[in-house]
Parts: sequence; structure tokens; C-alpha cells
Amino acid sequence: MTGQLTPNGRFGAFGGAFVPETLKPALEELEAAFRQMADDPAFQEEFQTLLAEYAGRPSRLYFARRLTEHLGGARVYLKREDLNHTGSHKINNTLGQVLMAKRMGKKRVIAETGAGQHGVATATACALFGIPCEVYMGAEDVERQALNVLRMQLLGTKVIAVTSGTRTLKDAINEAMRDWVANVQDTFYCFGTAAGPHPYPSIVRYFQSVIGVEARAQIIEKEGRLPDAVLACVGGGSNAMGMFSGFLDDASVRLIGVEAGGDGVETGRHSASLTAGIPGVLHGAVSYLLQDDDGQIMGTHSIAAGLDYPGVGPQLSYLKDSGRAEFVAITDREALEGVRILALTEGILPALESAHAIAQAAKMAPQMSPDSLLIVNLSGRGDKDVHTLAGEVG
Amino acid sequence: MEELRGTERLAATFATLKAEGKRAFIAYVTAGDPDMETTKELVLTLEKNGASIIELGVPFSDPVADGPVIQEAAGRALAGGTTLPKVLETVRALRQETSIPIVLLTYYNPVLRFGLARFACEAAASGVDGVIVADLPAEEGGVLREPLDEMGLALIPLAAPTSTPERIQLIAEKARGFIYCVSLLGVTGMRADLPPDAAALLERVRAMTDVPLALGFGISTAEHAAIVAPNCDGVIVGSAIVKLIAKNLDDRAQMLAEVGAFAREMAAAVG
Ligand SMILES: Cc1ncc(COP(=O)(O)O)c(C=O)c1O
Repeated sequence: MTGQLTPNGRFGAFGGAFVPETLKPALEELEAAFRQMADDPAFQEEFQTLLAEYAGRPSRLYFARRLTEHLGGARVYLKREDLNHTGSHKINNTLGQVLMAKRMGKKRVIAETGAGQHGVATATACALFGIPCEVYMGAEDVERQALNVLRMQLLGTKVIAVTSGTRTLKDAINEAMRDWVANVQDTFYCFGTAAGPHPYPSIVRYFQSVIGVEARAQIIEKEGRLPDAVLACVGGGSNAMGMFSGFLDDASVRLIGVEAGGDGVETGRHSASLTAGIPGVLHGAVSYLLQDDDGQIMGTHSIAAGLDYPGVGPQLSYLKDSGRAEFVAITDREALEGVRILALTEGILPALESAHAIAQAAKMAPQMSPDSLLIVNLSGRGDKDVHTLAGEVG
Repeated sequence: MEELRGTERLAATFATLKAEGKRAFIAYVTAGDPDMETTKELVLTLEKNGASIIELGVPFSDPVADGPVIQEAAGRALAGGTTLPKVLETVRALRQETSIPIVLLTYYNPVLRFGLARFACEAAASGVDGVIVADLPAEEGGVLREPLDEMGLALIPLAAPTSTPERIQLIAEKARGFIYCVSLLGVTGMRADLPPDAAALLERVRAMTDVPLALGFGISTAEHAAIVAPNCDGVIVGSAIVKLIAKNLDDRAQMLAEVGAFAREMAAAVG
């Protein structure tokens, strides 16, 4: 796995740690703990065993034959993070971070969640390690992701509905940060994506890099060569950084991040930070951000709760500016079509987040030759979204 | 004699108070809550009733260091169309009437978006004396401190109960104007009890620097203010004032009367 911390927490001009002074020592403590654990064979062994025995890794790299035939172009592979325990890639990160919390002797874990998948994964890891857990969730997301709220509660976690601001993921992160400021001495903040203040972008990338490392080895085994492109949806960017970090040094592999275009980027109702934002500081890092001319953070929209966030991880911002990765936006409507295509051709109901990446693959594959290869990171399964889908399909 | 401004004005204010054996009562209001006209009157009322320094909050959509009272004030101010340029305009107008030190309390993004050098220039031209940025720790502050220094304005750092000795050293080295000592673990807001960590923090910071120390977060009664005041050079009160504003949104005369009376009480307790 790629375990290096970036110097000063910077990725080019992006990153950093812009937090209230109260939290700065906690981030330094976290960084020191991470350095130590990344080098500690006992930690590594426990973490790897958990990934294998508990989370169900490695996840499959599945050749989607019927989808490929339907699209009529590139051969499409799916990296099946939806098959992990708890149904998404989020479990990789939470097992790692909660294991760190336990070893650091923390008495309590907090987290924020949008779609609820990170909340469920954190609640799961905390139940497994016997650590009390509280999860902040925007009131709007509490409503649209009711199944995941119930799952968290069954796992013994307290879900706190956040009614401030836009009542979505951004505000859940604000509330989690306020909690952390008040309880920083014995509380571990299990951050859900490869964003936030240093060292979180590096830590989350590290725990998620297993996705890309596995995918690279698996495609070489199956096809004898690297893919032409890998695709992943981008909320904060943890599943994207996880996949991309396996291929960063492979110049021939296109890295494609798929953002939430909502009603269409031109309508202003979207969450496409890299496509339509400008650099700024939110939640501790310099990164692309949806903001107005006065530096106020803009409201966002996406049918996928996990993509409904005005910011993005700093390394993705860096990859955009350096030209190494490309970013596109897929609308709500196109994402729904992505759900439909995958369900009907492969019998797989993807999370609405992941469906954005599927929809982009469906756009690209027909333009490509039949001997080209795409890997789509299927970041999660769609059970949590049936409520939303019921309102849309019919 | 030419009027002092910026870091020098803050230094002179603390020096004068010290010579008189007094401490500063530093009063916070969110600019534009509920409108700029009221903000101006509030500032003048606070000064008339004994405030030594005014902190003007620049409202931000995502104030992670603030509790509900100031969050809601920011919401009201933003709903009323408050922007950083309008806050600067208000300070410029206030400068026709008062020379009380004014520091802006903001989050980083609005300043970054405005442009750091442009901000330093225009803040100085408006009559702002210092800036506190709630989410800008000492390590990241250099790029703003430089242009502010050039203009003679203070970038006032925060120190927290969690700050290590190494960090306090760094904060003290970079400090201009005063150091904002955060009295407790938590966000802004009123507390029933006196912050228990305050005295220890003040002592730790005092051991490292002669820069004036102001204590804030959670101080809402004259009683508490009187207890903490002897250990510091200034006491910052925010949420308690903002709460009086929120309570009297539809009666400006009553609002000003209550804020004035509260300020008198605080100034007496602190001084
Ligand atoms: C299934 C799934 N995919 C993707 C995301 C987006 O997050 P990230 O960009 O961190 O992978 C989420 C977030 O909730 C999710 O639940």
C-alpha cells in the first residue's frame, strides 16, 4: 500500500490543515500515530487479517460480459467493492481508523455520514472493537437514507440528525468538527473520505489504496495488461483515490473521476466541485470548492447523498491541475439510467453514487475499440437507495 | 498628534489600560446581524458603555468554531446580504465616529476569496486594526501575516488548552496585537460554569511571552469575568451579547439598551 504522508500535508498547492488551534495538536497526534502504525508489523497484520477475514477482501474484479455486449465497445470490468461487508468501500477505511483509535486508547469515536455508508461502516467497526460511537448525519440524509439510519442504530451507534445549514454532508462534517473540538482529548474522529485537514487525506488514501493495488494485479492476471482507463465516482474522493493510487505511476492508464452533475452543471444545482468549483478552504484543506464570489460555500444537490458535497479531497484537486486525472459530471438522470443498465444487464443494483461511474463508462465504452479495457469502481450496493429509486422509477 | 492605527493602536490600548491597572473588555458582535445600521449603533453603544476593543464577526456559511448562538447570527447576517466588502465599508463609516480598536473575526475562505494582499490593503484603508481567523493555525498563517504586517495590521493568533509548549512558543513568536486564549475545549457559546482550563492556559502562555493575553469562549456573566480578569489583559464576550441581540430583533431601542447595560456591567467587572 502507498503509505507515505505528503510533506506539510500538501499536494502541490492543495491540502494543509486549516483548523481551529484546539484541533491542531490532535492532528499532530494522529499523524504521529499513523506514522508509527504504518511501520508496525503487528498493526499491519491485524489490519490485513480484518480485511481478509471480516471485510471479505480481496474484492472481485468481475468482467461484465453482458454490460460489455450491451455497450458494444471496450471490455468493462467492475471492481466489486459492493461485495465488501457493509456493502461499500467505506469498510476498508473504518477498520483501519477504528483500529488506530483503539491502539491510541481513545474512548469514543465520532463520524459524519452522507449516504450513511461511512456511518454504517464506522458503527460496524466500533461494534467489533467495543468502542462507543456517535454519527452526525444531515437531517435531509436521515430522511432519504432511513435504512442506513436503522442499521447504525442496530449496531449500537447513536445517529444525530443535523438541522443546521443545508442539512446534508457538509453540515454533518461541521457538527462532527464542533464535537471533536469539545471532546478532542478522548475522542477519535473517524473521517469518511480522502478530504479534510492533513493527515486525513493521506490516511484515508492509504486505507483505500488496497482497491487500486488489487485491481491492478487482478487485471494483469486476467488480461495480461493494464487497463486503458479506470473510473470512479467522486464525493470527497475516497473510492476514487483508492482506485487511482494503484495506477498513478502507470502513465498509459487514464484516471477518470465522475462527479455529481445533479440537474446539470449549467443549472447550478449540482455537486461537481472539480468541474465547476474554484480553489478555497473548507473543512481544513485547500481544494476545489463550490463557493460564491464572497467565499461563502454554496448549497449542493445530487440524487446520491454520498456525492452531495461542495468540496473534494486535495489530492484530486492536484491530479486535476497537473493533468494526471480527468473529471466529468454525470446528471441525476444519467445516473438513474446507469442503475437501470447495470441492474438489467448484470443483475447488480449499484449504489446511486457508483451509478455515476457506470453512466460515464456507458458513455465512453461504445467510442472505444473492443480490445480496450475499462475498470469501473463499483463503490457500493444499492439497497440503501431503494427508497429514492421507488420515487423515480415506475 | 497623528492617530495610532493597527497593531500600534492595539498595543497602545493595552498599555494605557495596564498603566491604569485595568483590563480590556472586548465585545464581539456579528457584522450585519440583523443589519449594518444596527451593527454600527451596537459598536458605538458598546464603546460608550465601556468596551475597550470591538470584535466584528465576518459571517461565514460554515463556522466550525462557533456554537448555535453565533452560527444563527451569521445566518441572519448572510440572509441580509452581508459580505466582507460591506463589513469593511461599515468599519470605514464607523471611523468617522470612533477610534476604538476594531478587529475582524473571520474564517479563512472569505478572506482568501477576496485576495490576501487586497484584503490587507483595504482593511487598513477602512480602519481595521487586526484580524483573527478562527481556522488559520500559526503554521498556515504566514501568507496572510506578511501582507498584514506590511500594512501595520495585527494577525491575532489563538492558543488553546490543548496547545503543546512547542505550539505556544510558535504562537507567541508569530503573535501581533494580542493572543486570543481559548478558555475551554469547545466552540463559542455561553456556559453555566467557569471554564476550568482557563487559568492554567493563561499561565502557560504568560510564561512564554509579554504579548497581551485576552481570554474568550464561554464567558457570559460579570461574575465569571471578574474571577478570570486578574489573570489576563482582556476578557472577550461574544455569545452573551449576540443572545441579547437575537432576543430583541424587533425592538432596536430595547436591544441597544440591554446591550449597553450588559456592557457596563461587564466593563466594571473586568476593569
Ligand atoms: C457507495 C458510495 N460510493 C461513493 C461514495 C462517495 O464517497 P467517496 O468519494 O469518498 O468515495 C459514497 C459516500 O457515501 C458511497 O456511499
